[in-house]
This record gives sequence, structure tokens and C-alpha cells, in this order.
Amino acid sequence: MSDAIQVAKSSKPKASHFSVGELMRSPAMGAFVGMVLVFCIFAAFGFHKNFLSVFGIANWMNFASMIGIVAIPVGFLMIAGELDISVGAIMPASAMTLGILCGPYELPLGLGMIITFAMAAGIGLINGILVTRTQVPSFIVTLATLFAVGGLTLTLSVIFVNRPQVAYEAPELAKALLGDRYFGFRASVFWWILLSAALYFVLHKSPWGNWIFAVGGDAESARNAGIPVNRLKISLFVLSAVCTAFAGMLQVAAFNSAQSATNFPLIFNTIIACVVGGVLLTGGFGTLIGIFFGTMTLGIVQQGIGYTDIDRNLSQLIIGVMLLAAVLMNGTFQKLATSWSTSKKED
Amino acid sequence: MSDTKNVLELRNVDKSFGPIDVLHKINLSVRAGEVLCLLGDNGAGKSTLIKTMAGVHAPTRGEILMDGKPISFRGPKAAQEAGIACVHQFGGTFPLMSISRSFFAGVEPTIGWGPFKVFDRKKANDIAVHEVRNFGITRIEDGDRLVGGLSGGERQSLAIARAVYFGARVLILDEPTAALGVKQSAHVLRIVNEAKRRGLAVIFITHQVMHALAVGDHFAVLIRGSIAADFKKGDKTREEIADLMAGGESMADLEEKVGIEA
Repeated sequence: MSDAIQVAKSSKPKASHFSVGELMRSPAMGAFVGMVLVFCIFAAFGFHKNFLSVFGIANWMNFASMIGIVAIPVGFLMIAGELDISVGAIMPASAMTLGILCGPYELPLGLGMIITFAMAAGIGLINGILVTRTQVPSFIVTLATLFAVGGLTLTLSVIFVNRPQVAYEAPELAKALLGDRYFGFRASVFWWILLSAALYFVLHKSPWGNWIFAVGGDAESARNAGIPVNRLKISLFVLSAVCTAFAGMLQVAAFNSAQSATNFPLIFNTIIACVVGGVLLTGGFGTLIGIFFGTMTLGIVQQGIGYTDIDRNLSQLIIGVMLLAAVLMNGTFQKLATSWSTSKKED
Repeated sequence: MSDTKNVLELRNVDKSFGPIDVLHKINLSVRAGEVLCLLGDNGAGKSTLIKTMAGVHAPTRGEILMDGKPISFRGPKAAQEAGIACVHQFGGTFPLMSISRSFFAGVEPTIGWGPFKVFDRKKANDIAVHEVRNFGITRIEDGDRLVGGLSGGERQSLAIARAVYFGARVLILDEPTAALGVKQSAHVLRIVNEAKRRGLAVIFITHQVMHALAVGDHFAVLIRGSIAADFKKGDKTREEIADLMAGGESMADLEEKVGIEA
């Protein structure tokens, strides 16, 4: 009799711990709750200004998709303990490369895209090799390549087309696949979702994902465990450059033009999206779904604000507060996640 | 019984970095199922000796034998492949990863085909939990738990269980109990005993005489880069060993120096 009660007692909290506990432990949960909170507040203030209409949602989703496509690979790098801010220059550089090659120089789009991807991969490779070989922090290395690539883009644009921007209209099929709107949503939104799904698989399901977490958790132990740390980091820099180049191409297809000015807001936006999404700045922790929600939150606050009564100028303040709250929460969260098991067994 | 051969043996190993001699004429050997305790004060050359055995440094002179055959490692990876595993304090585990993911870092079991290989979470969890529990950490039942939630001793044990599972024959434990409390240390010492029982050759580096005496079969004291004493269990008392570690000075001498009046 008493045995039965004991068993029932000990097994019951266990079951509830597993479902609720695991969910609450998930870093994506915080990002999701944050997103829902922001969405609800904005919906309350924007109900009569079409915030909740398909068009209103499409507006900020379009904005978020451009950040999201870059934020995911940047988030991978952050999980691996690195940072990539050169994306701010790679995006205009790729857009200009594609625009110049296929516009004034009339190369077929496919070839132009291949060359652009190769160019971006080259920059990623340089970032990766410099970071792994020199041990200089990736923040400094990519800061250097940010300015170098930005300057080079401007200079070469002027040399090749005599202007810092170029107009290019993609062929119909490419435009339909890369630039058109569907129910208000641009093609980039669908690409963002597709890329998220593919990279979700890589980060959380494939063995590579495990390597990324291990490298960010403790690079020395990862190396001892036989993980090719340097090769992995270089690949991640290439991935981030290539994804950024893709975002640049989507922009060209959507707006029929490319600008060569360095996209500084993109740098901050990607980092904010990751941190708000629960990625630890110190590396070793983060989820793709969290980054996805973080990017959506950023989209709502930066772009969706136009569909509400909230003063647009407040968006930066909100982002600042949100970022701070997220960093503090991530810290607490990390403690919670690691102490979970110990407290569970104490009784 | 007596024909258990030396798994790892060092013969007259010298190591110098430029003009600085760190190790002189080191002769050491460890057999399967034996715990060799390497004692020494800070700066005695313990780290260099570990690194030499683990393939990080090549000996300047002398030779390293494995199973009686001379061997030279091109790097730590080669030493690992030969079965020499080095577990550092807190090393080898990742606090923010799950136990099973940490256990299989770098050698993930997968299911699936081609580029769609998926980390086999169930298999990894089962093996990791089973292996760790076999080492006596019965508190671990769920492979999805984060390593950071484990105590220091459990993390050490996890790292040791991992090394053993992946075929280590010589286990080099670098100060595994240095930062642990009494209870946690006992835990790690139990793991050391378990590794020994399984026939591993264990090299246990410590400067805590009590811990060494609890598990050691064979002791070597390193002083200023040389083996100052090499003896078997029961040959010397705790006081004698402590005195040896202090550089040959007796506790009485030390007390005199510090100025304690008895």
C-alpha cells in the first residue's frame, strides 16, 4: 500500500517535469513568449491601423526575411563562439556584383549568380582563415573585412558603371522565384522559411550541429574529441557569406536595383535577432527556432510599428530595452537550464 | 599474474625547451589494471610529463614504449588513437550540451543516408546513460540533461567514461580531484578504481597525498623534473610521502621555517 503511494508520488512529478520542464527549459520558449508579447502589444495599438491585416503582417515579414536569411548563419557562428559583422558589406557587394554582371555586362542570370556566390564564398573563406590562423577575435577580423569589402564595392562600382548603384531587371521566371509578392509576401519570406527548415536540420539533427555546439562550448575539448574546429569555423564563415549573398540577390530581384553603400543596420539587426532569440553571446547555446522568433520580433518592432499608434521613433528604444531584457534572461536561463537536474534530484 | 606487461613505459626520458631542462631521466611504467600515482608539487614538471606522454611534446632524449614497443607520437591525436586518453580538470565535457551529445561529440552515431544523416538521439542517450551508470553514477538517468547540471565529480566521471568507451587503454587523469570537495573527490576516486578494475592503466596526477593513497598501487614522486622516489603501495607512510612531495624536506623542517612553535 505505502509502496504504491510512493511509486505514484515519485513518478507523477517526473512526468510533468519532462513535458513542462523541457518546454520551459527550451531557449526558444523565451524568444517565443517575447515575440507573442510584442505582437499582442502592437496588435492592441495597431488594431485599427491594419496591423493585423495580411498586408500589415506581410510588410514586417518581408522586412524580417531579409534579416532572417542572414541572422541564421550569423547565429550559427555565434553558437560556435564567433561573430561575423562583415555581412553588412557582403550584402551590397553581392547585390552590386550581380547587378553589374547581369545588367550592363549582360551575363545570363545563372552565371551571374554563380560568380556572385563564389565571390561571397571567397570573402567568407578569407574571414575564416584569418580568424582561425591568427587567433585575432572574429569581431576585429570581420570589422576589417567589413570596411575593406565596403570600400572595394564602392570603388569597383564607380570603375565599372560609373555610379554607386545599378539598375537590373531580372528575367520573368527569376523574378517570380526571387522577387515577386504573393498575397503581399515577397518571395524572400518563403526562402527564409525554407532556409530555416534546412538549417534547422543541420543545427539540431545532423552531427554537424553537434560540432557547432561543441566548438562554441569548449573549443579545446572539441579539438581533443576529434572535431575539425578550424575547418568547421571556416565553413561557417563561408555559409554566412553565401547566405548573405543570397539575401543580396533577393533584394536585387525584388527592387530591380542594387546599392553599394554598406548596410550597417544589418549588422546590428542580425546580432539583435540572435540575442533576442536566445543565442548566448559567449557561444555554445542557441536554437534556430529562437533566432527565427527573434527575427520576427525585430521585424514587428522595426517595421510593424508603422501600422500602429506607437511613435515610430520609439522603435529603437523598444529594441534597446528588449535586447537588455533578452541578455539578462539568457543569463538566468542558462543558470536555470544547468541547475535543473540537480534541483530535481535533491528531494 | 606476473606477466602483465607494461602498457606504457618511459625510459630515460629527458625533455628540455631550449636551454631549460624540465625533465631529467624519467623512468616510469604502468601496467594494465594498475594505478600509478604521480605526485609532485607545483612546478615539478608534472604538466610537461603529462604532455610528453600524451603526444603534445616529443621527448628530447629517451624513448616511450607502448606494449614493449618503442613508439613516437606525431601529435596528441596519434596518442589518442593509440589509446592514451588525457582527461583534464573539467575538460572533455560541454556544460551547455546534453549528456549524450557531449558524450558523443565528434563521433556522433547517426541514422539515415548520405547528407541526411541524423544524430541518433535515442541510441546516443542509451549508450551514454548506460556507460556513465556503469561507472557508478546512478544519478544520471536522462541523456538529455545538460552537462552543466552535473557536479564537478560527475563531469569528471562522464569524461572518464567517455574515454574508456572510446577505447582508451591508458588513462591520464590530470588533477581530477583538485577543485572538488570531499564527497565529490570520493566519487572520482571510485571511478578511478572502476577504470582500474576494467583493466585500464591509470596515471593519476595529484598533489593530494590522501587521494593518491586511496587508489594508488604504485607511486612516483616528481621533484624538480626528476623522479625522486618510486615505490609500491605500503612501502612508505603518508608522512614520508608528504615530506617527499615538499621537496624532501620533512614536515618538521617546514614547521620550523614557517615559525610554528610546537
